[in-house]
Amino acid sequence: MGMGVEFRNQMAKRAAEEIQNGMVVNLGIGIPSLVPNHLAKETMVMFHAENGITGMGPSPAIGDEDENLCNAGGFPVTLTSGASYCDSAISFGMIRRGRVDITILGSLEVSQSGDLANWIVPGKKVPGMGGAMELAQKAKKVIVVMNHSDKYGNPKIVTSCTLPLTSAGCVDLIITELAVFMVTEEGLLLTELFTPYSLENVIEKTGCEFKVSENVREIPY
Amino acid sequence: MKNPFGKITTLEAVMEQFHDGMTLMFGGFGGVGSPPTLIEGILNKGIVDITLIGNDTGFPHIGIGKLVREERAKKVIASHIGSNPIAGQLMHTGKLEVEFSPQGILAERIRAGGVGLAAFFSDIGMDNELVSKNKPRFHLDGKDYLIETALTAEVAIVYAKKADEYGNLIYDKSARNTNPLVAMAGDITIAEVEEIVPLGSLDPDEIITPGVFVDFVIPSKGVNWKWAWE
Repeated sequence: MGMGVEFRNQMAKRAAEEIQNGMVVNLGIGIPSLVPNHLAKETMVMFHAENGITGMGPSPAIGDEDENLCNAGGFPVTLTSGASYCDSAISFGMIRRGRVDITILGSLEVSQSGDLANWIVPGKKVPGMGGAMELAQKAKKVIVVMNHSDKYGNPKIVTSCTLPLTSAGCVDLIITELAVFMVTEEGLLLTELFTPYSLENVIEKTGCEFKVSENVREIPY
Repeated sequence: MKNPFGKITTLEAVMEQFHDGMTLMFGGFGGVGSPPTLIEGILNKGIVDITLIGNDTGFPHIGIGKLVREERAKKVIASHIGSNPIAGQLMHTGKLEVEFSPQGILAERIRAGGVGLAAFFSDIGMDNELVSKNKPRFHLDGKDYLIETALTAEVAIVYAKKADEYGNLIYDKSARNTNPLVAMAGDITIAEVEEIVPLGSLDPDEIITPGVFVDFVIPSKGVNWKWAWE
């Protein structure tokens, strides 16, 4: 299954539901970066960037970029009212001190106990952890937004991660193009289905067992 | 321009601070806030076997990435090398030693070095072999912590928006990033700045790096690379 715009937007829209007024939110690259498009206009959020911005706004218009105003991925951004700059030590101080309410990020694998593996493919890709470990370990809520299967069709939600962990037991919510899972003490709990996908579709494509909520919410594409 | 503290100087004059085998700490995040003129000077001087300490290895044609691309570094201490594929290749072929540190812990190790502390306790990446390897642990109030050691360097290079004649610095927007930390952690700190202003023309309330930490100030010739987004 490809990762069409429709899937990406559906997942981003669902992730946006988790964001409440006044929160500090850190977004990873890829699908998480689409989340602000799905927030209600009246929701006041401070988007945090590891390189030292609190209060990031949308991308500037072409031609209006400022080379010294970029997000952690190195791309030009703008500021919202009330924004501030800080150095990298303060920026990570915010994270470690528990002042970042939500981090929304992609992943290579997530285990049924919420282990996150999103930073290394041994022998292939060893880019370094950047700020992922601190965000995963210290953000109050960790939301993973990712494709349900990898490009070879293998499940990315698994009993136990095969890739090295970014952080153990840190994930709170998993959103894929098929379903939404909460990570609970007893393992994964499916709470939502993106119809027309069925529970059977999800079982078939998931690499571990999971419980199903008594009131599964169905969200149509 | 008066020069009452003797800190305002030229690229040519500060080049004597750079030598083979040195430890060099640099400000910047993905090249944003890295000092282009100093990096070009180091490149042109041809020094080798550098141990680089900074957030990341930039891009092959951006920031400190140029030194990595030209194989001038023997070791890098960084949190990320993903945007510079040449760094990855050199690491895999054994030509470049890379020590990874989680981004905020790296920043804090630099800050600790800059404020005269030897180490601190951290619980980041404790269950990760790559992070915890060879690090002593300390038990405090019922919890285990890794001991993360401070970092300093023979020379630290930073990029700022303005300096006054004492070397008081202010930065430009998100180009601040690791610069105020790096500025404190050099045995010798050299600031490359877009503008040098007379004493008294910066509001003391707005100064981010007190000139106490800055040994030399040189004028910048500006960014000489094309950004990835351009």
